[in-house]
Amino acid sequence: MPRMLELKNINSFYGNIQALYDVSLHIDQGEIVTLIGANGAGKSTTLMTVCGLVQARTGEVLYQDEPITKMPPNKIVGQGICQVPEGRLIFPELTVRENLDMGAFMRSDKDGIKRDIEYSYDLFPILAERRKQEGGTLSGGEQQMLAIARALMARPRLLLLDEPSMGLAPLIVKQIFEIIRKVNTEHNTTIFLVEQNANLALKIGDRGYVMENGRIVLTDTCDKLLADEQVKKAYLGL
Amino acid sequence: MEYFLELLLGGLTRGSIYALIALGYTMVYGIIELINFAHGEIYMIGAFTGLIVAGLLTMLGFPGASILAIALICAVIWSAAYGYTIEKVAYKPLRGAPRLSPLISAIGMSIFLQNYVMLSQTSDFLPFPELIPEFGFLKEYNSVMSSSELVIVAATILSCIGLTLFIKFTKLGKAMRATAQNRKMAMLVGINVNMVISATFIIGSSLAAVGGVLIACHVGQINYYIGFIAGIKAFTAAVLGGIGSIPGAMIGALVLGLTEAFATGYVSSDYEDVFAFSLLVLILIFRPAGIMGKEKTQKV
Repeated sequence: MPRMLELKNINSFYGNIQALYDVSLHIDQGEIVTLIGANGAGKSTTLMTVCGLVQARTGEVLYQDEPITKMPPNKIVGQGICQVPEGRLIFPELTVRENLDMGAFMRSDKDGIKRDIEYSYDLFPILAERRKQEGGTLSGGEQQMLAIARALMARPRLLLLDEPSMGLAPLIVKQIFEIIRKVNTEHNTTIFLVEQNANLALKIGDRGYVMENGRIVLTDTCDKLLADEQVKKAYLGL
Repeated sequence: MEYFLELLLGGLTRGSIYALIALGYTMVYGIIELINFAHGEIYMIGAFTGLIVAGLLTMLGFPGASILAIALICAVIWSAAYGYTIEKVAYKPLRGAPRLSPLISAIGMSIFLQNYVMLSQTSDFLPFPELIPEFGFLKEYNSVMSSSELVIVAATILSCIGLTLFIKFTKLGKAMRATAQNRKMAMLVGINVNMVISATFIIGSSLAAVGGVLIACHVGQINYYIGFIAGIKAFTAAVLGGIGSIPGAMIGALVLGLTEAFATGYVSSDYEDVFAFSLLVLILIFRPAGIMGKEKTQKV
């Protein structure tokens, strides 16, 4: 399998505070890789470093074997990397439809965009109903669906998901994870999933990384991580 | 009744000019939360550019109406270049700095531009040619409305409609709204935020330049200081309407212009500013976010 993304010895900082220590990981094409860890472990920072919103001070980010470490965020999106950020970050005063349009900002194929908007509405019928409503008026679950649909509008080859289950009812979470799996299998979109809900993430993922205090402390296939005593105790509450 | 109409139309004209300037304040604030105090100077530079171009074209013997058109276009381009450059020089390097720093930088830029124009041009009032032709059909209503007032109001209405459509329907317009609402997410969908900010300065400066040239035709004279007073008034209008809101700036400017006109007409021109700012204080007491502004809930 060709490499999709590789992080090599990344050290990232917020001002003088170091958030990531020597983080190395890789994702192969077509995989679902999950990154689990406690609050504040550095999971979101890892994603922000990939997207260029946090600059790695040392280390390298490779996308399809090309370095993207110093690229500005908009160029990185143009390469086919898209993020559904923590807290969804819906544009509150843009309508659902306009939010989707923004997801396709880097594209100029009008017909393709139109088709993909219809596809989003098929994927999440509730968004079709709410298409003229402002994003800020949607419920949490609907916003999460919109955030995922918006990211898919860019036709990403690598989709980064930051805590898609946060604050949502179990039924909605289930629905969203089914969509994630569907996106992975039907479109062959590679997925990098960051979750606090380790149980959920390890069940959907192929391989997993465990992060503690800005460091990767463990990595294995998800099946093995689920059975790992240390993971069970710390993250699965068993 | 005629007197009332005259005041009403005078107020509309004032309001129009305030609106053209206020839009620049409010758009910039909407995107980078900065009060661009140098914006009034952009308006002044627009008027000066208009004057220089008009003088040149008159010497070359161009016909009247074409002079106005060319002067307007040149003023728009020149002011837009100033607006773009000011952002790059004075604000962009301070993007990560505490909020007070770009504000001080803006005030410095304003003082710099005033003095630059004063030294490179003159500190005296300069007569501005009457570029707007007298319309025949307005002759009998001359006491109520002059042709320059009509042009100002019409140009402002057109600009406002144009801007509204631009913001609502174009890709760049949507990107501007998206950037104003959440800059981080705008970056994550691939919007080049620096480009959007530059575009905002360019559009705001262009509108101010139109206002500068038109009001100079109407009043008939300009000097280096006109941007300061007009800027403060337009800023007041933007706050009145709810800073950050585009329709708010338009409404705030209209309210301010009419208030001033009626205060001047029915009370005394000495009280013009007293009424204008009393209105501001009153509105801010009862609606702190301005007429159209939304009260932001602080996220914790």
